[in-house]
Amino acid sequence: MWSYPYLRHALIAGSIVAIVAGALGWVMVLRRESFLGHTLAMVSFPGAGVALAFGLPPQVGYYLSTALAALVAGRRGSTQRSADSFRDATTGTVQAVALAAGLIAISATPSFVDATTSLLFGSFLGITSMDVIVIGIVGATCLLATIAMARPLILATFDATFAEAAGLPVAKLSASFTLVLALVIASTSQITGALLVFALLVMPATIAQRLVTRIWVSGAVSVGLALAIVWIGIGCSFFVPVLPLGFSITSVGMVLFLAATAVQLRPLRTKVAVAI
Amino acid sequence: MTTEPLKRPALTWTNAAVELAERTIFSHVSLEIEVGSFVAVLGPNGVGKSTLVKTALGLLPLAHGTVTVFGDRPEIARPSVGYLPQRHHFDAGVRISGRDLVRLGLDGDRWGMPLPFATKFSARARAAEAQVEAVLEQVSATAFADRSIGECSGGEQQRLLIAQALVRRPRLLILDEPLDSLDLPNQAAVAELIATICKEREVTVLLVAHDVNPILAHLDQVIYLAHGGALAGTPLEVITSENLSQLYDTPVDVLTTSTGRLVVVGQPDAHGGHGGRHH
Repeated sequence: MWSYPYLRHALIAGSIVAIVAGALGWVMVLRRESFLGHTLAMVSFPGAGVALAFGLPPQVGYYLSTALAALVAGRRGSTQRSADSFRDATTGTVQAVALAAGLIAISATPSFVDATTSLLFGSFLGITSMDVIVIGIVGATCLLATIAMARPLILATFDATFAEAAGLPVAKLSASFTLVLALVIASTSQITGALLVFALLVMPATIAQRLVTRIWVSGAVSVGLALAIVWIGIGCSFFVPVLPLGFSITSVGMVLFLAATAVQLRPLRTKVAVAI
Repeated sequence: MTTEPLKRPALTWTNAAVELAERTIFSHVSLEIEVGSFVAVLGPNGVGKSTLVKTALGLLPLAHGTVTVFGDRPEIARPSVGYLPQRHHFDAGVRISGRDLVRLGLDGDRWGMPLPFATKFSARARAAEAQVEAVLEQVSATAFADRSIGECSGGEQQRLLIAQALVRRPRLLILDEPLDSLDLPNQAAVAELIATICKEREVTVLLVAHDVNPILAHLDQVIYLAHGGALAGTPLEVITSENLSQLYDTPVDVLTTSTGRLVVVGQPDAHGGHGGRHH
Protein backbone atom coordinates (compact mmCIF):
# COMPACT_ATOMS: atom_id res chain seq x y z
CA MET A 1 0.00 0.00 0.00
CA TRP A 2 3.07 2.26 0.34
CA SER A 3 3.28 2.48 -3.47
CA TYR A 4 0.19 4.70 -3.74
CA PRO A 5 1.40 8.33 -3.38
CA TYR A 6 -1.98 9.55 -2.11
CA LEU A 7 -1.94 6.93 0.60
CA ARG A 8 1.65 7.73 1.55
CA HIS A 9 0.73 11.40 1.86
CA ALA A 10 -2.34 10.56 3.91
CA LEU A 11 -0.30 8.37 6.27
CA ILE A 12 2.47 10.93 6.77
CA ALA A 13 0.09 13.91 7.15
CA GLY A 14 -2.21 11.81 9.34
CA SER A 15 0.66 10.80 11.63
CA ILE A 16 1.87 14.36 12.06
CA VAL A 17 -1.66 15.54 12.77
CA ALA A 18 -2.18 12.68 15.23
CA ILE A 19 0.93 13.50 17.26
CA VAL A 20 0.14 17.20 17.45
CA ALA A 21 -3.63 16.84 17.96
CA GLY A 22 -3.06 14.13 20.60
CA ALA A 23 -0.82 16.47 22.59
CA LEU A 24 -2.78 19.70 22.17
CA GLY A 25 -6.10 17.95 22.59
CA TRP A 26 -4.87 16.64 25.93
CA VAL A 27 -4.27 20.20 27.14
CA MET A 28 -7.58 21.35 25.61
CA VAL A 29 -9.54 18.66 27.45
CA LEU A 30 -7.74 19.44 30.70
CA ARG A 31 -8.60 23.13 30.25
CA ARG A 32 -12.21 22.19 29.44
CA GLU A 33 -12.08 24.15 26.22
CA SER A 34 -13.59 21.48 23.99
CA PHE A 35 -16.50 23.67 23.02
CA LEU A 36 -14.12 26.45 22.00
CA GLY A 37 -12.13 23.88 20.01
CA HIS A 38 -15.27 22.66 18.27
CA THR A 39 -16.18 26.21 17.30
CA LEU A 40 -12.72 26.83 15.88
CA ALA A 41 -13.24 23.72 13.76
CA MET A 42 -16.63 24.98 12.58
CA VAL A 43 -15.07 28.28 11.58
CA SER A 44 -12.62 26.42 9.35
CA PHE A 45 -15.55 25.27 7.17
CA PRO A 46 -16.62 28.72 5.86
CA GLY A 47 -12.91 29.59 5.66
CA ALA A 48 -12.27 26.71 3.30
CA GLY A 49 -15.53 27.41 1.46
CA VAL A 50 -14.66 31.05 0.82
CA ALA A 51 -11.19 30.04 -0.36
CA LEU A 52 -12.72 27.54 -2.82
CA ALA A 53 -15.22 30.12 -4.07
CA PHE A 54 -12.32 32.47 -4.85
CA GLY A 55 -10.42 29.68 -6.58
CA LEU A 56 -7.82 29.43 -3.77
CA PRO A 57 -6.73 26.16 -2.15
CA PRO A 58 -8.99 25.34 0.84
CA GLN A 59 -5.90 25.07 3.10
CA VAL A 60 -5.42 28.84 2.89
CA GLY A 61 -8.97 29.29 4.12
CA TYR A 62 -8.57 26.72 6.91
CA TYR A 63 -5.53 28.38 8.46
CA LEU A 64 -6.63 32.00 7.99
CA SER A 65 -10.16 31.55 9.33
CA THR A 66 -9.24 29.55 12.46
CA ALA A 67 -6.32 31.86 13.27
CA LEU A 68 -8.60 34.89 12.96
CA ALA A 69 -11.25 33.25 15.14
CA ALA A 70 -8.60 32.37 17.73
CA LEU A 71 -7.37 35.94 17.92
CA VAL A 72 -10.93 37.14 18.54
CA ALA A 73 -11.58 34.37 21.08
CA GLY A 74 -8.26 35.03 22.82
CA ARG A 75 -9.12 38.70 23.33
CA ARG A 76 -12.57 37.88 24.55
CA GLY A 77 -11.29 35.15 26.87
CA SER A 78 -9.15 37.53 28.86
CA THR A 79 -11.94 40.02 29.52
CA GLN A 80 -14.87 37.71 30.24
CA ARG A 81 -13.27 34.90 32.13
CA SER A 82 -15.83 34.87 34.89
CA ALA A 83 -18.98 34.93 32.76
CA ASP A 84 -18.73 31.34 31.59
CA SER A 85 -22.35 30.76 30.60
CA PHE A 86 -22.35 33.90 28.50
CA ARG A 87 -19.12 32.77 26.90
CA ASP A 88 -20.64 29.44 25.92
CA ALA A 89 -23.67 31.16 24.43
CA THR A 90 -21.49 33.53 22.41
CA THR A 91 -19.31 30.67 21.24
CA GLY A 92 -22.41 28.72 20.18
CA THR A 93 -23.75 31.67 18.24
CA VAL A 94 -20.46 32.04 16.37
CA GLN A 95 -20.55 28.32 15.61
CA ALA A 96 -24.02 28.43 14.04
CA VAL A 97 -23.17 31.51 11.98
CA ALA A 98 -19.93 29.89 10.81
CA LEU A 99 -21.71 26.76 9.54
CA ALA A 100 -24.34 28.83 7.73
CA ALA A 101 -21.68 31.08 6.21
CA GLY A 102 -19.79 28.01 5.04
CA LEU A 103 -22.91 26.70 3.32
CA ILE A 104 -23.46 29.89 1.31
CA ALA A 105 -19.77 30.18 0.43
CA ILE A 106 -19.53 26.62 -0.78
CA SER A 107 -22.82 26.72 -2.73
CA ALA A 108 -20.96 29.06 -5.11
CA THR A 109 -18.50 26.31 -6.06
CA PRO A 110 -19.28 24.01 -8.99
CA SER A 111 -18.74 20.69 -7.14
CA PHE A 112 -21.06 21.64 -4.30
CA VAL A 113 -21.88 18.22 -2.83
CA ASP A 114 -18.40 16.70 -3.14
CA ALA A 115 -16.72 19.74 -1.62
CA THR A 116 -19.16 19.92 1.27
CA THR A 117 -18.74 16.27 2.09
CA SER A 118 -14.97 16.33 2.06
CA LEU A 119 -14.70 19.60 3.98
CA LEU A 120 -17.07 18.44 6.70
CA PHE A 121 -16.25 14.75 6.88
CA GLY A 122 -12.68 14.49 5.63
CA SER A 123 -11.02 12.68 2.78
CA PHE A 124 -7.60 11.26 2.22
CA LEU A 125 -7.68 11.72 -1.49
CA GLY A 126 -5.87 14.75 -2.79
CA ILE A 127 -3.39 15.42 0.00
CA THR A 128 -0.44 16.74 -1.99
CA SER A 129 3.22 16.68 -0.98
CA MET A 130 2.95 20.44 -0.54
CA ASP A 131 0.12 19.90 1.96
CA VAL A 132 2.27 17.41 3.84
CA ILE A 133 5.10 19.95 4.10
CA VAL A 134 2.75 22.69 5.34
CA ILE A 135 1.11 20.35 7.86
CA GLY A 136 4.59 19.29 9.02
CA ILE A 137 5.87 22.83 9.53
CA VAL A 138 2.69 24.06 11.23
CA GLY A 139 2.52 20.91 13.37
CA ALA A 140 6.14 21.09 14.52
CA THR A 141 5.84 24.79 15.38
CA CYS A 142 2.60 24.30 17.32
CA LEU A 143 3.93 21.26 19.18
CA LEU A 144 7.13 23.04 20.22
CA ALA A 145 5.16 26.11 21.32
CA THR A 146 2.85 23.97 23.41
CA ILE A 147 5.71 22.02 24.98
CA ALA A 148 7.36 25.33 25.86
CA MET A 149 4.17 26.56 27.54
CA ALA A 150 3.17 23.18 29.00
CA ARG A 151 3.85 23.53 32.72
CA PRO A 152 2.63 27.14 33.12
CA LEU A 153 -0.48 26.29 31.03
CA ILE A 154 -1.35 23.33 33.23
CA LEU A 155 -0.69 25.30 36.40
CA ALA A 156 -2.91 28.16 35.19
CA THR A 157 -5.64 25.64 34.32
CA PHE A 158 -5.81 24.43 37.91
CA ASP A 159 -5.54 27.81 39.54
CA ALA A 160 -5.22 31.07 37.64
CA THR A 161 -4.71 33.08 40.84
CA PHE A 162 -1.91 30.77 42.00
CA ALA A 163 -0.25 31.08 38.58
CA GLU A 164 -0.59 34.85 38.64
CA ALA A 165 0.92 34.94 42.11
CA ALA A 166 3.86 32.93 40.71
CA GLY A 167 4.35 35.75 38.20
CA LEU A 168 2.99 34.02 35.08
CA PRO A 169 1.23 35.98 32.30
CA VAL A 170 -1.99 33.95 32.55
CA ALA A 171 -4.11 35.87 30.00
CA LYS A 172 -1.34 35.85 27.39
CA LEU A 173 -0.75 32.13 27.92
CA SER A 174 -4.42 31.42 27.38
CA ALA A 175 -4.59 33.52 24.20
CA SER A 176 -1.40 31.92 22.83
CA PHE A 177 -2.70 28.42 23.43
CA THR A 178 -5.98 29.27 21.66
CA LEU A 179 -4.03 30.47 18.61
CA VAL A 180 -1.82 27.36 18.50
CA LEU A 181 -4.88 25.16 18.97
CA ALA A 182 -6.60 26.92 16.06
CA LEU A 183 -3.72 26.19 13.69
CA VAL A 184 -3.66 22.53 14.72
CA ILE A 185 -7.41 22.32 14.20
CA ALA A 186 -6.96 23.72 10.69
CA SER A 187 -4.43 20.96 9.98
CA THR A 188 -6.62 18.27 11.54
CA SER A 189 -9.66 19.43 9.55
CA GLN A 190 -7.83 18.48 6.35
CA ILE A 191 -7.67 14.84 7.46
CA THR A 192 -10.86 14.31 9.47
CA GLY A 193 -13.04 17.11 8.10
CA ALA A 194 -14.26 20.06 10.13
CA LEU A 195 -17.03 18.14 11.88
CA LEU A 196 -14.88 15.23 13.01
CA VAL A 197 -11.72 16.90 14.35
CA PHE A 198 -12.84 15.75 17.78
CA ALA A 199 -11.97 12.19 16.86
CA LEU A 200 -8.33 13.22 17.19
CA LEU A 201 -8.55 16.14 19.60
CA VAL A 202 -10.90 14.85 22.29
CA MET A 203 -11.10 11.06 22.10
CA PRO A 204 -7.41 10.18 22.68
CA ALA A 205 -7.11 12.82 25.41
CA THR A 206 -10.22 11.67 27.24
CA ILE A 207 -9.19 8.03 27.07
CA ALA A 208 -5.68 8.85 28.31
CA GLN A 209 -7.00 10.92 31.21
CA ARG A 210 -9.36 8.15 32.19
CA LEU A 211 -6.59 5.59 32.29
CA VAL A 212 -3.61 7.51 33.71
CA THR A 213 -3.32 10.24 36.35
CA ARG A 214 0.34 11.19 35.88
CA ILE A 215 0.51 14.33 33.73
CA TRP A 216 3.31 13.49 31.31
CA VAL A 217 2.50 9.79 30.99
CA SER A 218 -1.11 10.69 30.26
CA GLY A 219 -0.06 13.17 27.55
CA ALA A 220 2.18 10.53 25.94
CA VAL A 221 -0.64 7.95 26.02
CA SER A 222 -2.91 10.49 24.31
CA VAL A 223 -0.38 10.94 21.46
CA GLY A 224 0.04 7.16 21.12
CA LEU A 225 -3.71 6.61 20.95
CA ALA A 226 -4.15 9.36 18.35
CA LEU A 227 -1.52 7.67 16.18
CA ALA A 228 -3.22 4.29 16.56
CA ILE A 229 -6.60 5.80 15.68
CA VAL A 230 -5.22 7.41 12.49
CA TRP A 231 -3.31 4.34 11.32
CA ILE A 232 -6.12 1.88 11.94
CA GLY A 233 -8.65 4.37 10.52
CA ILE A 234 -6.70 4.91 7.30
CA GLY A 235 -6.17 1.15 7.01
CA CYS A 236 -9.91 0.49 7.31
CA SER A 237 -10.83 3.08 4.70
CA PHE A 238 -8.15 1.78 2.32
CA PHE A 239 -9.22 -1.85 2.47
CA VAL A 240 -12.96 -1.12 2.70
CA PRO A 241 -13.41 1.82 0.29
CA VAL A 242 -17.09 2.34 1.15
CA LEU A 243 -16.03 3.61 4.57
CA PRO A 244 -15.21 7.35 4.45
CA LEU A 245 -12.02 8.29 6.34
CA GLY A 246 -13.83 10.42 8.91
CA PHE A 247 -16.11 7.50 9.75
CA SER A 248 -13.25 5.01 10.11
CA ILE A 249 -11.17 7.27 12.34
CA THR A 250 -14.10 8.19 14.56
CA SER A 251 -15.22 4.56 14.88
CA VAL A 252 -11.77 3.40 15.95
CA GLY A 253 -11.73 6.19 18.51
CA MET A 254 -15.16 5.17 19.76
CA VAL A 255 -14.14 1.53 20.20
CA LEU A 256 -11.04 2.56 22.19
CA PHE A 257 -13.14 4.97 24.25
CA LEU A 258 -15.60 2.22 25.19
CA ALA A 259 -12.75 -0.14 26.02
CA ALA A 260 -11.16 2.48 28.29
CA THR A 261 -14.46 3.12 30.04
CA ALA A 262 -14.78 -0.60 30.71
CA VAL A 263 -11.24 -0.74 32.10
CA GLN A 264 -11.87 2.31 34.27
CA LEU A 265 -15.12 0.95 35.67
CA ARG A 266 -13.69 -2.47 36.57
CA PRO A 267 -11.79 -1.50 39.76
CA LEU A 268 -14.83 0.53 40.82
CA ARG A 269 -17.05 -2.52 40.48
CA THR A 270 -14.61 -4.56 42.56
CA LYS A 271 -14.71 -1.87 45.24
CA VAL A 272 -18.50 -1.86 45.25
CA ALA A 273 -18.50 -5.65 45.51
CA VAL A 274 -16.16 -5.48 48.52
CA ALA A 275 -18.34 -2.85 50.13
CA ILE A 276 -21.40 -5.05 49.74
CA MET B 1 9.66 31.53 69.77
CA THR B 2 13.40 31.99 70.00
CA THR B 3 14.56 35.39 71.17
CA GLU B 4 16.30 37.19 68.37
CA PRO B 5 18.06 40.45 69.16
CA LEU B 6 16.95 42.02 65.87
CA LYS B 7 13.47 40.66 65.30
CA ARG B 8 12.05 41.97 62.06
CA PRO B 9 8.34 41.55 61.53
CA ALA B 10 7.26 39.07 58.85
CA LEU B 11 4.63 41.44 57.49
CA THR B 12 3.77 45.08 57.95
CA TRP B 13 1.11 47.32 56.53
CA THR B 14 1.62 51.02 57.18
CA ASN B 15 -1.32 53.35 56.61
CA ALA B 16 -2.37 51.05 53.76
CA ALA B 17 -5.37 51.69 51.54
CA VAL B 18 -6.78 49.76 48.57
CA GLU B 19 -9.11 51.14 45.93
CA LEU B 20 -10.81 48.90 43.38
CA ALA B 21 -12.87 50.47 40.61
CA GLU B 22 -12.71 53.82 42.44
CA ARG B 23 -14.22 52.29 45.57
CA THR B 24 -12.14 52.33 48.73
CA ILE B 25 -12.04 48.77 50.09
CA PHE B 26 -10.12 49.75 53.23
CA SER B 27 -7.86 52.59 54.33
CA HIS B 28 -5.59 53.61 57.24
CA VAL B 29 -4.70 49.98 57.92
CA SER B 30 -1.52 49.62 59.96
CA LEU B 31 -0.58 46.11 61.07
CA GLU B 32 2.48 44.18 62.11
CA ILE B 33 2.84 40.40 62.12
CA GLU B 34 5.67 38.72 64.01
CA VAL B 35 7.80 36.02 62.44
CA GLY B 36 6.51 32.57 63.33
CA SER B 37 3.05 33.62 64.44
CA PHE B 38 -0.29 32.14 63.37
CA VAL B 39 -2.58 34.99 62.37
CA ALA B 40 -6.17 34.94 61.12
CA VAL B 41 -7.81 37.60 58.99
CA LEU B 42 -11.50 37.67 59.86
CA GLY B 43 -14.55 39.77 59.13
CA PRO B 44 -17.86 39.81 57.26
CA ASN B 45 -18.08 38.81 53.60
CA GLY B 46 -16.99 41.37 51.02
CA VAL B 47 -14.97 43.38 53.50
CA GLY B 48 -11.65 42.88 51.70
CA LYS B 49 -9.99 39.95 53.52
CA SER B 50 -8.73 38.39 50.27
CA THR B 51 -7.82 41.88 49.05
CA LEU B 52 -5.63 42.42 52.10
CA VAL B 53 -3.64 39.22 51.60
CA LYS B 54 -3.34 39.87 47.87
CA THR B 55 -1.50 43.12 48.65
CA ALA B 56 1.06 41.05 50.58
CA LEU B 57 1.54 38.89 47.48
CA GLY B 58 2.01 41.90 45.23
CA LEU B 59 -1.10 40.93 43.25
CA LEU B 60 -2.88 44.19 44.06
CA PRO B 61 -1.29 47.62 44.37
CA LEU B 62 -1.92 49.88 47.36
CA ALA B 63 -3.53 53.26 46.71
CA HIS B 64 -1.75 54.69 49.77
CA GLY B 65 0.79 53.49 52.29
CA THR B 66 3.23 50.59 52.19
CA VAL B 67 3.28 46.85 52.70
CA THR B 68 6.48 44.90 53.45
CA VAL B 69 7.17 41.17 53.56
CA PHE B 70 10.30 40.27 55.56
CA GLY B 71 11.34 43.91 55.18
CA ASP B 72 11.10 43.92 51.37
CA ARG B 73 8.53 44.82 48.77
CA PRO B 74 6.10 41.90 48.17
CA GLU B 75 7.42 41.31 44.64
CA ILE B 76 10.94 40.78 45.98
CA ALA B 77 9.85 38.58 48.89
CA ARG B 78 7.60 36.38 46.73
CA PRO B 79 9.99 33.39 46.56
CA SER B 80 9.70 33.01 50.33
CA VAL B 81 5.90 33.10 50.31
CA GLY B 82 3.61 30.08 49.80
CA TYR B 83 0.07 30.83 48.69
CA LEU B 84 -3.17 28.86 48.66
CA PRO B 85 -5.86 30.87 46.85
CA GLN B 86 -9.55 30.70 47.65
CA ARG B 87 -10.95 27.98 45.46
CA HIS B 88 -13.67 25.58 44.67
CA HIS B 89 -13.60 21.86 44.75
CA PHE B 90 -11.89 19.72 42.10
CA ASP B 91 -14.65 17.59 40.58
CA ALA B 92 -14.31 13.94 39.60
CA GLY B 93 -13.43 14.93 36.02
CA VAL B 94 -10.04 16.29 37.09
CA ARG B 95 -7.86 13.27 36.38
CA ILE B 96 -4.47 14.40 37.66
CA SER B 97 -2.69 12.81 40.61
CA GLY B 98 -2.22 14.78 43.80
CA ARG B 99 1.52 14.18 43.53
CA ASP B 100 1.63 15.96 40.16
CA LEU B 101 -0.41 18.85 41.55
CA VAL B 102 2.10 19.29 44.38
CA ARG B 103 4.96 19.04 41.90
CA LEU B 104 3.41 21.92 39.91
CA GLY B 105 3.73 24.01 43.06
CA LEU B 106 7.49 23.38 42.90
CA ASP B 107 8.25 23.93 39.21
CA GLY B 108 4.92 24.69 37.49
CA ASP B 109 6.04 28.21 36.62
CA ARG B 110 9.07 26.94 34.71
CA TRP B 111 8.82 26.87 30.92
CA GLY B 112 9.03 23.66 28.96
CA MET B 113 8.33 20.18 30.25
CA PRO B 114 10.49 17.79 32.25
CA LEU B 115 12.51 15.31 30.21
CA PRO B 116 11.30 11.73 30.24
CA PHE B 117 13.09 9.52 32.79
CA ALA B 118 14.83 12.63 34.21
CA THR B 119 15.34 10.97 37.60
CA LYS B 120 17.59 8.38 35.95
CA PHE B 121 20.26 10.93 35.04
CA SER B 122 19.51 14.23 36.76
CA ALA B 123 20.32 14.82 40.43
CA ARG B 124 18.10 17.89 40.40
CA ALA B 125 15.09 15.88 39.24
CA ARG B 126 15.71 13.38 42.05
CA ALA B 127 15.98 16.24 44.56
CA ALA B 128 12.70 17.69 43.31
CA GLU B 129 11.00 14.32 43.67
CA ALA B 130 12.37 13.93 47.20
CA GLN B 131 11.13 17.41 48.10
CA VAL B 132 7.61 16.52 46.90
CA GLU B 133 7.74 13.25 48.85
CA ALA B 134 8.84 15.07 52.01
CA VAL B 135 6.06 17.65 51.85
CA LEU B 136 3.46 14.95 51.16
CA GLU B 137 4.63 13.19 54.31
CA GLN B 138 4.49 16.44 56.26
CA VAL B 139 0.80 16.91 55.49
CA SER B 140 0.07 13.14 55.81
CA ALA B 141 -0.99 12.87 52.17
CA THR B 142 1.31 10.06 51.01
CA ALA B 143 -1.47 7.46 51.15
CA PHE B 144 -3.69 9.20 48.59
CA ALA B 145 -1.12 11.21 46.60
CA ASP B 146 -1.27 8.89 43.59
CA ARG B 147 -5.04 8.93 43.30
CA SER B 148 -6.54 11.49 40.93
CA ILE B 149 -7.28 14.69 42.82
CA GLY B 150 -10.92 14.70 41.72
CA GLU B 151 -11.46 11.41 43.55
CA CYS B 152 -10.02 12.71 46.82
CA SER B 153 -12.32 13.97 49.59
CA GLY B 154 -12.51 17.65 50.46
CA GLY B 155 -10.12 17.22 53.39
CA GLU B 156 -7.65 15.24 51.28
CA GLN B 157 -7.76 17.83 48.50
CA GLN B 158 -7.09 20.57 51.04
CA ARG B 159 -4.05 18.70 52.42
CA LEU B 160 -2.67 18.32 48.90
CA LEU B 161 -3.22 22.02 48.18
CA ILE B 162 -1.46 22.96 51.42
CA ALA B 163 1.40 20.68 50.34
CA GLN B 164 1.46 22.52 46.99
CA ALA B 165 1.78 25.86 48.81
CA LEU B 166 4.46 24.44 51.15
CA VAL B 167 6.62 22.55 48.68
CA ARG B 168 9.07 25.41 48.12
CA ARG B 169 9.64 25.63 51.88
CA PRO B 170 8.31 29.18 52.25
CA ARG B 171 8.85 31.28 55.39
CA LEU B 172 5.38 32.78 55.07
CA LEU B 173 2.27 30.81 54.21
CA ILE B 174 -0.82 32.71 53.03
CA LEU B 175 -4.02 30.63 53.00
CA ASP B 176 -7.30 32.03 51.70
CA GLU B 177 -10.29 30.25 53.27
CA PRO B 178 -8.57 26.84 53.57
CA LEU B 179 -11.33 25.51 55.84
CA ASP B 180 -14.22 26.52 53.61
CA SER B 181 -16.24 23.57 52.29
CA LEU B 182 -14.79 21.14 54.85
CA ASP B 183 -16.89 19.29 57.40
CA LEU B 184 -16.24 19.93 61.11
CA PRO B 185 -13.81 17.05 61.83
CA ASN B 186 -11.79 17.96 58.71
CA GLN B 187 -11.79 21.64 59.68
CA ALA B 188 -10.28 20.71 63.04
CA ALA B 189 -7.73 18.35 61.47
CA VAL B 190 -6.58 20.83 58.81
CA ALA B 191 -6.41 23.65 61.42
CA GLU B 192 -4.27 21.38 63.59
CA LEU B 193 -2.02 20.61 60.61
CA ILE B 194 -1.52 24.30 59.80
CA ALA B 195 -0.76 25.08 63.46
CA THR B 196 1.83 22.27 63.55
CA ILE B 197 3.52 23.57 60.39
CA CYS B 198 3.57 27.04 61.93
CA LYS B 199 5.11 25.98 65.24
CA GLU B 200 7.48 23.20 64.14
CA ARG B 201 8.85 24.81 60.98
CA GLU B 202 8.63 28.40 62.24
CA VAL B 203 6.54 29.33 59.23
CA THR B 204 4.51 32.49 59.65
CA VAL B 205 0.89 31.75 58.74
CA LEU B 206 -1.64 34.30 57.55
CA LEU B 207 -5.01 32.63 57.16
CA VAL B 208 -8.25 34.14 55.86
CA ALA B 209 -11.38 32.68 57.46
CA HIS B 210 -14.98 33.59 57.96
CA ASP B 211 -15.45 31.35 60.99
CA VAL B 212 -12.94 31.81 63.79
CA ASN B 213 -13.99 28.86 65.98
CA PRO B 214 -12.08 25.96 64.36
CA ILE B 215 -8.77 27.84 64.50
CA LEU B 216 -9.28 29.96 67.61
CA ALA B 217 -7.28 27.72 69.94
CA HIS B 218 -4.20 27.92 67.70
CA LEU B 219 -4.11 31.64 66.98
CA ASP B 220 -1.46 34.08 68.17
CA GLN B 221 -3.10 37.11 66.64
CA VAL B 222 -6.38 38.02 64.93
CA ILE B 223 -7.08 40.78 62.46
CA TYR B 224 -10.71 41.82 62.08
CA LEU B 225 -11.55 43.81 58.98
CA ALA B 226 -14.77 45.81 58.93
CA HIS B 227 -16.08 49.26 58.14
CA GLY B 228 -13.07 50.02 55.95
CA GLY B 229 -10.52 49.58 58.74
CA ALA B 230 -8.84 46.88 60.81
CA LEU B 231 -8.75 45.81 64.44
CA ALA B 232 -5.84 43.62 65.51
CA GLY B 233 -4.46 41.99 68.62
CA THR B 234 -4.36 38.72 70.52
CA PRO B 235 -7.62 36.73 70.46
CA LEU B 236 -8.28 37.55 74.12
CA GLU B 237 -7.93 41.27 73.47
CA VAL B 238 -9.95 41.46 70.29
CA ILE B 239 -12.56 38.72 70.51
CA THR B 240 -15.10 40.23 72.88
CA SER B 241 -18.86 40.45 72.50
CA GLU B 242 -18.60 44.21 72.39
CA ASN B 243 -16.00 44.35 69.60
CA LEU B 244 -17.61 41.70 67.41
CA SER B 245 -21.16 43.00 67.82
CA GLN B 246 -19.94 46.37 66.64
CA LEU B 247 -17.93 44.92 63.73
CA TYR B 248 -20.76 42.76 62.41
CA ASP B 249 -23.58 45.20 63.26
CA THR B 250 -25.47 42.37 64.92
CA PRO B 251 -25.38 40.82 68.40
CA VAL B 252 -22.46 38.36 68.75
CA ASP B 253 -21.73 36.45 71.97
CA VAL B 254 -18.30 35.31 73.05
CA LEU B 255 -18.48 32.45 75.53
CA THR B 256 -15.72 30.86 77.59
CA THR B 257 -15.89 27.08 77.90
CA SER B 258 -15.06 25.21 81.10
CA THR B 259 -11.56 24.56 79.70
CA GLY B 260 -11.00 28.28 79.11
CA ARG B 261 -11.52 28.20 75.34
CA LEU B 262 -13.35 30.98 73.58
CA VAL B 263 -16.37 30.23 71.39
CA VAL B 264 -18.00 32.80 69.16
CA VAL B 265 -21.76 32.46 68.76
CA GLY B 266 -24.11 34.32 66.47
CA GLN B 267 -21.48 35.48 64.01
CA PRO B 268 -23.50 35.87 60.78
CA ASP B 269 -21.01 34.29 58.37
CA ALA B 270 -20.00 31.38 60.55
CA HIS B 271 -20.91 27.77 59.88
CA GLY B 272 -22.71 27.36 63.19
CA GLY B 273 -22.80 23.90 64.68
CA HIS B 274 -24.11 22.06 61.64
CA GLY B 275 -21.02 21.98 59.48
CA GLY B 276 -23.08 23.26 56.59
CA ARG B 277 -21.52 25.03 53.65
CA HIS B 278 -21.92 28.74 53.05
CA HIS B 279 -21.11 30.94 50.12
